[in-house]
Amino acid sequence: MKRIVERIIESLFTVSGAISSIVIVLIIVFLFKEGFGLFSSPTVEKGYSLYINSRNQVSELNTFDITHIFDEKITNWSECGGADMLIKPFRFDEIFELFPEDDLEHNRELIPIRLSEIIAANPNIIAFLPQRFAPQNSEEVKELSIRNISISDFFGGKEWMPTSKPTPLFGVLPLILGTLLVSILAILIALPLGLGVAIYLSELASERMRKFMKPTIELLAGIPSVVYGFFGLVILVPIVQKGLNLSVGETAFTGSLILAIMALPTIITVAEDAMRNTPRTMREASLALGATNWQTIYRVIIPYSASGISAAAVLGIGRAIGETMAVLMVTGNAAVMPTSLFQSVRTIPATIAAELGETPAGSSHYQALFLLGCILFIITMIISITAEVISKKQHNKGL
Amino acid sequence: MKRTTELRKTVAAKLQQCVVIAIVLITLGACGEKSEKSTIRIKGSDTMLPLSQKAAEKFMTVDSSITITVTGGGSGVGIAALLEGTTDLAQSSRKIKFDEEQKLEDAGKHAVEAIVAYDALAIVTHPSNIVNRLTREQLEGIFTGTITNWKELGGDDLVIVPYARETSSGTYEFFKESVLANKNYVNGIMSMPATGAIIQSVSQTKGAIAYVGLAYVAPSVQAVEVSYDSGATFVAPSVENAKNQSYPIVRPLFYYYEQGAAETVKPFIDYMFSEAGQKLVAELGYITVK
Repeated sequence: MKRIVERIIESLFTVSGAISSIVIVLIIVFLFKEGFGLFSSPTVEKGYSLYINSRNQVSELNTFDITHIFDEKITNWSECGGADMLIKPFRFDEIFELFPEDDLEHNRELIPIRLSEIIAANPNIIAFLPQRFAPQNSEEVKELSIRNISISDFFGGKEWMPTSKPTPLFGVLPLILGTLLVSILAILIALPLGLGVAIYLSELASERMRKFMKPTIELLAGIPSVVYGFFGLVILVPIVQKGLNLSVGETAFTGSLILAIMALPTIITVAEDAMRNTPRTMREASLALGATNWQTIYRVIIPYSASGISAAAVLGIGRAIGETMAVLMVTGNAAVMPTSLFQSVRTIPATIAAELGETPAGSSHYQALFLLGCILFIITMIISITAEVISKKQHNKGL
Repeated sequence: MKRTTELRKTVAAKLQQCVVIAIVLITLGACGEKSEKSTIRIKGSDTMLPLSQKAAEKFMTVDSSITITVTGGGSGVGIAALLEGTTDLAQSSRKIKFDEEQKLEDAGKHAVEAIVAYDALAIVTHPSNIVNRLTREQLEGIFTGTITNWKELGGDDLVIVPYARETSSGTYEFFKESVLANKNYVNGIMSMPATGAIIQSVSQTKGAIAYVGLAYVAPSVQAVEVSYDSGATFVAPSVENAKNQSYPIVRPLFYYYEQGAAETVKPFIDYMFSEAGQKLVAELGYITVK
C-alpha cells in the first residue's frame, strides 16, 4: 500500500516537472515565432501601399525618404531621384474631405475610381492607400515597390517610431544601448556599495547587528517596483535635476540610481553568503600568521569568495536589465541614441510594457515588440548562464 | 524541532488546498447562478476606464439583472477583443481604424459606434513659464522639433522639453492627427506611461510642455490658451469652451459594439445617454454629448 502511494507521488512529481518544462519551452517557441514574423512584414504598414503618378520616374524609395516625405522634411522629388517638382503627400482619409457629396463611406465601389482620378490629376502626388481600394488597371497610376523589413533595418536602425505612418521605423539600437547603459551604470554604483555592506555584515558586524540588518536589507527586495518608480519620479528626479542643474531630471543616471537601489539586496545577500562560506581554518590561519583583520579580508576572504562576488554582480545586472516599471517611470523613455548619462533613454522592458497594450494584435509593431522580448530573453539567458558557470567554478582556486 | 516545523508546513499546505477548493466551488456555484443574469463585458481604453467603471457601478444598482465587468488594456486591445468576440463593448479613445473595421467586416461583423462623451486635451506647462498662449502652428513646431527654445516664443531662454504619452495610446494618436497635422513627433521625445506621471514631470521641469485630459489639469501646472486660427483668437481650455465648441482640441470617446450584440448592450448604452449617465460624464470632468 505504502509503496503504491509512494509510486503515485513520485509520478506526480515527474509529471509536474515535465509540464513546467514543456510550458517554458512552449513560451519560448511562441516568443520567437511571433517575433521573427517581423522579417516577413513589408516596410509599409500591412494592407497599404504607396502609389504615384506613372509619369513620375521614381520607382523605389527607401524607408527614411518615405517617412521624411510624409513629415514634409523632404519636399521636392529631385531630393530622391525624381524630376524637379514639389511633392504632394496624400493620405487615404483626405478623400472623404475631397468628395463629401459622393458619400464614399457608403458607396465604397466609388473609392478606387476617385483615387485614380486624383492620382492622374497630380503628377507630383504620392498617395498612401489601402490595397483593397487601390486604383486598378489605370494607366496613370504606378505602385511603388516595397521590400520587407530586413534584419539590418531592425538591429542597425537608430530610430524607434513604431506608429509612424506610412512606414513605421523599428530601429532597435537605441533601445538595446539604453538598456545596457542604464543596467551597467546601475551595477557600477551598486557593486562597491553592496560589497561594502557584505563585508561589513560577514566580517565586522556583531551577531545582533547582523540579525537585524540582514532581514532589513532583504526587505528591500520585497518592495514592489512601482513603488520604487514612484519614489524615483517624485524624489530622485527633482534631486538629480536640481543637483546637477539639468533641464530634465528623467535621465539614464536617475534610472541607474533606482536600479542600483533595487539590485542591492541581491548583491549583498549573494556576496555575503559567499564570504561567510570561507572556511574558518583559513581565516584563523591568516590571523595566526599575524595578518590584521583588514589584511585577512583583502587577501584571503575576497579572493576566496571571488566567484560568489562575480555571481552577485551578474545576478544584479540580470535584475537591472529585466526591470520594467521603475525604469519606465524615471528614465523619460526618449528613444534616442544615448550620448551622455544625463539624457533621457528608453529601455527594452519599458518599451514592451508601455506599448504592447495598445498595439493591434498581429501587426508588425506587435511582432517587433515580441522580437524585443526575444532580445531581452537572450541577454538574460547569457547572464544567468554566466552566473551559473562562475559560481560553479572554483571554491578552492589558488588557495 | 525540525519535525514540528515540517508538520506545521504540511498542515498549512492542507489548509491552503482546502481554501483553494472552497474558492473554486464558490466560483462555480456563482457561475451556475449567473445563468439567469445577463453579463456585459466592457474592455479597452484606459482613458475611459474611470467613466465605464463608475457608470457600470451605478447602472448595476439601478438594474440588478445585469452584471457588468470592466477591464482596461488600451483602445487597441478592446477593439481586438471585439473582433475575437471576447468582449461585448469596446471602449476606445480613438476612432476605429480603417483596417480594424475591415478586419471586422471580413469576419462578418459590423461595428456600431456610439459617442458617449467628449474629452478636451489641455496643453500644460510649468507654472513659472511666462508663455501662456500658443497657436497650433507653434505647437506643431514644438512637438515636431523645429522650435526648441522658449525664447523663440517670447519666453525665457530655456530649452523646451516636450513630453508625450506612449506611442500607442489613443491620446498620442489623436494629438498627432489634430495638432501635428499627421506629422511625426520629434525623434526621441520624452514619453510617459500615464497622465499622472506627466503632470508630476511637468510640475518639476521648468521648460516642460505636455498635453493631458482636461480632467487632469491640476494647480501644479499651467494650462495655456490655444489658437487654431493662426493667433486671431486664443481660447482657454475649460468645460464651457469645449461645450460651445470654441476650444479646438476636443476628441470624442467611443463605445463600439457588434451589431449582433446590440440587444445585450442596449440597456447600458441607453443608460449612458440618459440624464443620469450624462451627469456622471460631467462629474468625471468629461464633456457631455448633449
